[in-house]
Amino acid sequence: MDKRLERILPRVQKPARYTGGEYNQIIKEKSSVDLRVAFCFPDTYEIGMSNLGMSILYHTMNSLDYVWCERVFAPWGDMYDEMKRAGIPLYALESGDSLDAFDVLAFSVGYEMAYTTVLDMIDQAGLPLKSSERTALLPLVIVGGSAAVNAEPMTEFIDLFLIGEGEEMNNELLALLRTAKHEGWSKSEFLRRASRIGGVYVPSLYEVSYHRDGTIASFRAAEGAPERVLKRVVVDLDSAPYPTNPIVPSTEVVHDRVNLELFRGCVRGCRFCQAGYIYRPIRAKKPETLIRQGVEALQNTGHEDVTLLSLSTSDYRPLAGLCDGLLEYCESRSIGLSLPSLRADNFSMEIMEKLQKVRKSGLTFAVEGGSQRLRDAINKNVTEEDLLNTCAIAFAGGWNTVKLYYMLGLPTETDEDIIGIADMAGRIVHCWRENAKNKNRGVKITVSTSCFIPKPHSPFQWEAQISREEYLRRVSLLRASINSRNVIYNWHDADTSVVEAVLSRGDRRLGPVLEEVWRNGGRLEAWSDYFDFQRWMEALDHHGLSAEFYASRERRTDEILPWDVIDVGVRKEHLKREREKCFASELTPDCRHKCSACGALRLMEGGKCDG
Amino acid sequence: MDKLRLRFEKTGRAVYISHLDLMHTLQRAFSRAGLELKYSEGFNPHPQISIALPLSVGMSSVCEILDFKLMTEADPAQLPVHLNAVMPEGIRVVECYEPVHKVSQLKYLEITGTFEYDARPVSEMKNTLETFFARESIVITKKTKRGEGPSDIRPAIRSIAFAEGKDAVLLRAVISAQEPTLNPTLLADALRQLSPATEPDFAQFERIENYLENMEIFR
Ligand code: SF4
Repeated sequence: MDKRLERILPRVQKPARYTGGEYNQIIKEKSSVDLRVAFCFPDTYEIGMSNLGMSILYHTMNSLDYVWCERVFAPWGDMYDEMKRAGIPLYALESGDSLDAFDVLAFSVGYEMAYTTVLDMIDQAGLPLKSSERTALLPLVIVGGSAAVNAEPMTEFIDLFLIGEGEEMNNELLALLRTAKHEGWSKSEFLRRASRIGGVYVPSLYEVSYHRDGTIASFRAAEGAPERVLKRVVVDLDSAPYPTNPIVPSTEVVHDRVNLELFRGCVRGCRFCQAGYIYRPIRAKKPETLIRQGVEALQNTGHEDVTLLSLSTSDYRPLAGLCDGLLEYCESRSIGLSLPSLRADNFSMEIMEKLQKVRKSGLTFAVEGGSQRLRDAINKNVTEEDLLNTCAIAFAGGWNTVKLYYMLGLPTETDEDIIGIADMAGRIVHCWRENAKNKNRGVKITVSTSCFIPKPHSPFQWEAQISREEYLRRVSLLRASINSRNVIYNWHDADTSVVEAVLSRGDRRLGPVLEEVWRNGGRLEAWSDYFDFQRWMEALDHHGLSAEFYASRERRTDEILPWDVIDVGVRKEHLKREREKCFASELTPDCRHKCSACGALRLMEGGKCDG
Repeated sequence: MDKLRLRFEKTGRAVYISHLDLMHTLQRAFSRAGLELKYSEGFNPHPQISIALPLSVGMSSVCEILDFKLMTEADPAQLPVHLNAVMPEGIRVVECYEPVHKVSQLKYLEITGTFEYDARPVSEMKNTLETFFARESIVITKKTKRGEGPSDIRPAIRSIAFAEGKDAVLLRAVISAQEPTLNPTLLADALRQLSPATEPDFAQFERIENYLENMEIFR
């Protein structure tokens, strides 16, 4: 270990996150590989090590014998300052080598607030920030992850983006890069060829021009580059790689557990939910596969918890059988099984009782909208009746805390809808009084609201976000409407939502804004400790841009959108149709009842959508 | 099954794992090795596993002691092999046996240390250190449960010797492990408080051996 590092580590908080050396980390002989990949996560170790995607791709990339892929996380502020002071560059955990030893910096970016951290990590690697200033083929700086569905604000800094699921695509790219390195291709030659790999978006091959009002006039692909980049998906999840020997952190991380992914995509089609659209089509794993992988992973890691992940876990058809199979292994070993993202409407007594045997936690429901009319408009198919029925069962079973999540500022929302939130919370308290066996412990209903952010590739991608002032007005209205002592109201402030709204639907002109925010100290901005709203507003201002243009402007449906170059599978026509149905408060049946031919099926040649 | 004792090393990158995280890490290692720990009875059952003397973050050791109980019979001679196959880097089980002594009998710790001086000659520092620690009493201000207070650490040092290393002064000492507990970092703290000119730029320690009151090796 670096001598300078040895002196710093005893002084910083939670030093074990900066050392590597965990069980199951992958160590290779440097001289035996052709490519060294620094897999960079632009947030802390605790967050990154909880990320299933990162764990999967760490293993798939390392499955190539000519590649050694190592992990890099963003140090927390105290460590960051100590490293700067001591002149220690950012390093990878496995080898401890600084990033200048690597051929590829591969970033996994899941949220917009991580963008400035990406810039910071490129800088800490000792590289010029801009792609155009890094003229050599290596190191290559690439980005994958769900934030890449609108890559535009980052395009100036990144050589290429990987759109969609990386299990196959990453390795195809690495194979090409290996050839390029052997044969000494130029960077532009490599990028040109890489753009022919499905899912690879090379932004420098596209030219954008703007109208005077700031909207896009044209978006032109260079000769040979695809008009639109089609998202990659893995067709058969049962045969897709899943690491049953993931790294076991030696220090506490956010999700310290075995993660099982039941399916990708979501059958629901909630209109506000980007994830529901960008992860289509729907592909499920067989319960046999999951039980086998779960048991193996539990044995190989020694974890005490296993979680079933997916966008809407209770839509997994064989859920009951899967739980039985896992509980058979878990129960006798005191291993906890948890199911986040259960829905209120088909949350069955049966499943609840199964879990009760092992562990009982609070109930959480994402209700999103305060009235049935609004929930129909956003296609959030949960009725108050279902919710109350579920709560009644839960209260009778001894549960006494319920968390309800809502968004304020959804398209078509009125004050009546907001007051409806308070009413519903009141009726849940009433339901508890009628059903709880033991009332001594009391009941706690927590209502949380956040400010809705219209996202690219969702039916609301053309919508305006409400202003900060309007959000606060709606918060006050809700606060005044809640009149039960048992209901607690938490609201997230809107500042981050505004910046997220700007970045998520931003264009290439935001590159210099990102750079300025970073130069003024912006990093790890997903953490309120480090977020600074004013810094963003000033940077926008300096570059003649405004938050309103990106966040609270309604787009015309014929406007060229910055993310139109990315084709996630779902057709724009489908999104438009869904938006129209929202205005008419019309429901779209979920994929199980009827396929609405969204277009995502064309991503899977010969595959079948598990809708 | 009866209580068993492990002697293990915590060195290299593993020295930064905190005591709490180490307990967790070891529990998982037992589970990976297919060794089921016995749980305590009662309302909030927890695995019966305990470490004799918690080690500070940053300090290494080749003589850590872990007591535990298993659900099933296991051959102590085989346990190190099974556990070492599933340990993170830097943690290595040396031996497993049935405890001979009680943890409360563990009286002394042998430690080594390095005092690094970036800009001062090592030979000179070695001499000053020797003189300093030859004092009859070394009273420092120490954080206690009831705020700060004066404390003489000298009685807790059974023996101490210094040698010249390449870029550092090397220390070897036998210090009191319990009643009173002397955290080795206090040796460097004493210098900072009482002899700032001798305070090293960096100090590091390692536990070498555990002893009983009569200096027999603790088993
Ligand atoms: S193809 Fe049909 S079933 Fe599949 S996600 Fe689209 S709408 Fe749903």
